Amino acid sequence: MTVGQLSRQCILAAGLLLALPALADETGPLAVVPKPRAEANPEFGCVRPEEDMRKHHMDYLMVHRDDTLRRGIRTRDFSLAECVNCHITPKPDGQYARFGEKEHFCSSCHTYAAVRIDCFECHRDTPDPEKVRETAQQNPHRGLAADSNHPAGIMPVSATVGEAR
Amino acid sequence: MDKKSNQTDQARRRFFGQVAAVASLTVAPGVILQQVAHARSPEEPASDKNRWGILINTNKCAEGCDACVTACQDEYGWGPNGPETRSSDLQKAQWIRKVKLTDKQTGHVQTLPLMCQHCEHPPCVDVCPTGASMKRADGIVLVDKHICIGCRYCMMACPYKARSFIHEELHDQKVNAPRGKGTVESCTLCVQRVDAGRQPACVEACPEQAMIFGDLKDPESAISRELRENGGEQIRADLGLNTGIRYQGL
Repeated sequence: MTVGQLSRQCILAAGLLLALPALADETGPLAVVPKPRAEANPEFGCVRPEEDMRKHHMDYLMVHRDDTLRRGIRTRDFSLAECVNCHITPKPDGQYARFGEKEHFCSSCHTYAAVRIDCFECHRDTPDPEKVRETAQQNPHRGLAADSNHPAGIMPVSATVGEAR
Repeated sequence: MDKKSNQTDQARRRFFGQVAAVASLTVAPGVILQQVAHARSPEEPASDKNRWGILINTNKCAEGCDACVTACQDEYGWGPNGPETRSSDLQKAQWIRKVKLTDKQTGHVQTLPLMCQHCEHPPCVDVCPTGASMKRADGIVLVDKHICIGCRYCMMACPYKARSFIHEELHDQKVNAPRGKGTVESCTLCVQRVDAGRQPACVEACPEQAMIFGDLKDPESAISRELRENGGEQIRADLGLNTGIRYQGL
């Protein structure tokens, strides 16, 4: 998916969220969403297809946070730390973009959609220096994606939408 | 090789085979128990089949040594080198502290590490208005910062003064320790290490091996054996909290 397509999707989502469909206009300002550093696409494997993540990532994260903290379930699929390890934007000075800067993956869309999140008031907004995944080869989901039985494997969007809760 | 020696050889082989079988049986239960107690698959939730605890031998705890405290600071990013720059020393986080006890009559000095005691009946959980202060199935007492409103009732309720409050905005937290302004925190018994079958950082760091970490519900664990043989006290046992952290030599 190109940045342009992604932007259009975000505009659409923002329009629905704000109940201002008039904004969903190609002539309006576009949200520039940086590509994940590692190739997080179905082939190399974000944990769910992009369309599903765009719509349901907040539900997945919400369920996962309670499962992890309160029940001790430590699967990696919706771990915020694992998200941050892939969705990073290096800056020219060698640092990574922080939440609040427009290059940060989460900021880019959330600023545009005016949806305030407080994840990064406690959680680290940049990757663990030892766990940065610069290439698809380092992407942990890549191995999983090869296995079609694993949720990270290629699966139709219809199979995942709406099963977050 | 004649027939007789061949038979002897076979008999010897059978004998050694049996010995090996018995040996593996006697070794195996300990090994397997250890694995059950310490390794859990990521999908599996914490269970009340375990109750984690630490036994601290204060006789081995050296005065002036703070290896456990610095190990905790390094692991979770609090303390003098932590990200809190505008908080006073009294305000700064203190997940674990060294306490010095002096017997005024004899002059005998003891030191011990004091942290969240991971009570079976935690007063902090009793008083929490939102359910943020919580006890996991395996007895680890935690703060769910997602729903903590920062009222600090738990800090007042804790008889061990084990909790602290974050007074300022923080950045560059450790991945394992999300910390943020307006929430209470305390020792987590290194919950993410325990879930991965490892020991808490303080236990690992102690140069005197004064701390034993283990499952209080497993009668064969090192901590249970030691408690059974040599006993261990709770601090403020009179409160009836049944703490997971026990001390010897108090």
